[in-house]
Amino acid sequence: MIWFENIDEARQAVMDVVQNPALTHEQQVMQLAGVACKTLPCIEGPYTEEFVKLYEEQMMIEMDHIPYVARYILPDYAKFMKNGSKFLRLDPPKNLYEAVTNLLVMYHNTPSVTHFPVYLGNFGELFEPFCDGLTDDEIRTILRGFMIQLDRTLGDSFVHANLGPEETRAGNIILDLVAELQNAIPNMTLLYDPDITPDSFAEHCISTSLVSANPAFAYDPEYKKAFAPYPYAIASCYNGLPLGGGAFLLHRLELGHAARASKSVDDFFDNVLPHAVEVMAGQMETTIEFIVEKSAFFKSSWLVKEGLIDLDKFVGLFGMVGLAECVDTLMALDGKPDLFGETDDANQMGVRVMDALEALVNRHESKYSPAFGHKFLLHAQVGLGEPGVTPATRIPIGREIPLYDHLRQCALYHHYFQTGVGDIFPFEVTAKKNPGAILDIFKGAFKLGMRYISTYAEDSDLIRVTGYLVKKSEVMAVHDNNEAAINDMSSVAYVTLQEHHTLERKVRSVE
Amino acid sequence: MIKAPINKIIDQSFVDGPGNRTAVFFQGCNYHCAYCHNPETINLCMNCGLCVETCPVHALSIVDGKVVWNEDLCCKCDTCLKTCPHLSSPRVKWMTADEVFERIKRNAPFIKGISTSGGECTLYKPFLIELFGKVKGLGLTALIDSNGSMDFRDNQDLLDACDGVMLDVKSTETEEYCSLIGGDGSGIMDKAIYLASLGKLTEVRTVCSPDFSSEKTVDDVSRSLAEYQNKGDIHYRIISYRHYGVREPYRQTIKEPSPDWMAHLEQTARNNGMIHVTVV
Repeated sequence: MIWFENIDEARQAVMDVVQNPALTHEQQVMQLAGVACKTLPCIEGPYTEEFVKLYEEQMMIEMDHIPYVARYILPDYAKFMKNGSKFLRLDPPKNLYEAVTNLLVMYHNTPSVTHFPVYLGNFGELFEPFCDGLTDDEIRTILRGFMIQLDRTLGDSFVHANLGPEETRAGNIILDLVAELQNAIPNMTLLYDPDITPDSFAEHCISTSLVSANPAFAYDPEYKKAFAPYPYAIASCYNGLPLGGGAFLLHRLELGHAARASKSVDDFFDNVLPHAVEVMAGQMETTIEFIVEKSAFFKSSWLVKEGLIDLDKFVGLFGMVGLAECVDTLMALDGKPDLFGETDDANQMGVRVMDALEALVNRHESKYSPAFGHKFLLHAQVGLGEPGVTPATRIPIGREIPLYDHLRQCALYHHYFQTGVGDIFPFEVTAKKNPGAILDIFKGAFKLGMRYISTYAEDSDLIRVTGYLVKKSEVMAVHDNNEAAINDMSSVAYVTLQEHHTLERKVRSVE
Repeated sequence: MIKAPINKIIDQSFVDGPGNRTAVFFQGCNYHCAYCHNPETINLCMNCGLCVETCPVHALSIVDGKVVWNEDLCCKCDTCLKTCPHLSSPRVKWMTADEVFERIKRNAPFIKGISTSGGECTLYKPFLIELFGKVKGLGLTALIDSNGSMDFRDNQDLLDACDGVMLDVKSTETEEYCSLIGGDGSGIMDKAIYLASLGKLTEVRTVCSPDFSSEKTVDDVSRSLAEYQNKGDIHYRIISYRHYGVREPYRQTIKEPSPDWMAHLEQTARNNGMIHVTVV
């Protein structure tokens, strides 16, 4: 059930959290908050009954049950650095020490669905103005402490920072620290523009990625265009969203289930998919109305009062997962053996599904989100490792195709997702000797229409699971010893690693 | 249409020059190096048919007196290569420059350029000139990987057609050089310096073993070339001799170097002023 049916269930859930030795105190507090919300039914609206029914059938997932905060928040850090904050009692920083202090205070007071801030700002832009007059060693000493502080206090892999597109001294020093410190937090993205980002800086990012799975590459020109006139950033796992805004919530449609619930291909396109989208979008609208009108967040948050976020720049994310299973099922319904990724027919069926989904989602007119024309954004969701549910529009692990073909296949689907989408390609260790070669491949992928891509070397302890990072060694230790880790994803990731065979992801050869 | 014997095409190579490249390997070499790592590329097939008998999946047959390879049946077990007494391979395709170009064109978005290797690709000069012209039309670079036999002072047309040469300097001792290549060879450093002076020496490689005069060669090469680095980057790859792929009896007789010794060679090259030095 989405919520508890009786008080005994709720009491048991509380006791389970209180007695769990594999949670830190902070994780217990956050899970108890989740339990508290589950004592309430779904926010009631015209589609709730049907939504709950489809939820029970596992066709859709509600990820923000009783929202007391917007899911993803991207504060306007430039404004914060310029003005300081009345609520936080901070003056604008005058040097790098003060900048770091102000930001750490800010992060502690910036919530999200995970409780932690999902966007930390663009480190290149935030720190570069304070680097003048300091030696590299001085900058490194200050930022090294900052990076350790982030990893040990913001215990969640969806905490995310950006770099680029310009090369910066601060950016280069942070990349060296990322390689040295081997932390899963923060997740990082280079906003990459081949006309602005020098190859040397991009190659530094790739060298760093090969040893620490960080940063990923977002194709800046496309994201810029998609969010214009608003500046954007990448938050959480890989979500492009406007600065000073964010996402209200995210629900997830399991396309594989939708296909399996269909009697024929026509039934899927004519009945099942349109109905599912209408119900999910309808329930999303109801829940968003609750966040805006009833929750305290948009009325009282200091971020709103100080103009660091703006309600109009928040949007609902319509997530989808399992295009691969959906296409395989539809092809089978048509009596064809074609598998997603393997034949043009199957890939074109994927395009047909995405075209239909895009049109249906765009049909929904939201009361909110004027910055998005009152629409929801499609989001390529990864799920949490449910067996037989392949993340987003990806080809399942174990069925990967030759690299160039694979990238072309990915490119067929990335353009549907203005906000979040991405694919991951590990390489042989020898690639470390020639990071420029991976940059050549990334450039090609972006030219052909991919928007977001990341890599790591096959011997890296840090890996990207779906969109977030974990340390393999920590995940295994937490599982084997049933003990707590600061990063809450170190326990969650274990199931995904097993069910999605993440560690068997195809390693790409260097010749 | 000129055709050339192509041993294989690797669509994605990180180890054949700068960036990601498509590497085209030609069949046939005018050197017979003792330590050759792919000796099956040295000669053209004589159609003796011995490999046809040993192929376990019957992917080889004789048609009109010639050995024919069925790629679809082939399981890449390399039995044919082990059988061949002539340092050759039945898995070679005679291709036109257009055919090779079609393959490259598919890879074009993902690569910085192509590298032609072998065997010895410069044996097919008119083919290379035709292929390079097409490749450059796509905005890609074309590099020649050569054993050092060609004197580019006499082959200006090929030099103009390519973007750079990756050159083997096996030894700077003429006697040793001739013995290693199994033939006549001299003036390798003059050839290297000529390319370097034009900014067209992309890379120099020396395969090193304690059994060769590698210390002297690395010292000579780096000392001679360092001053030309202002004409264009020169990458010096100092390569450890490895037994893998080498034919008998040399496999047993040449010693592999230690990592410490290789590090010492790298230091020599750097001390002589080479900026880009890699030990592999």
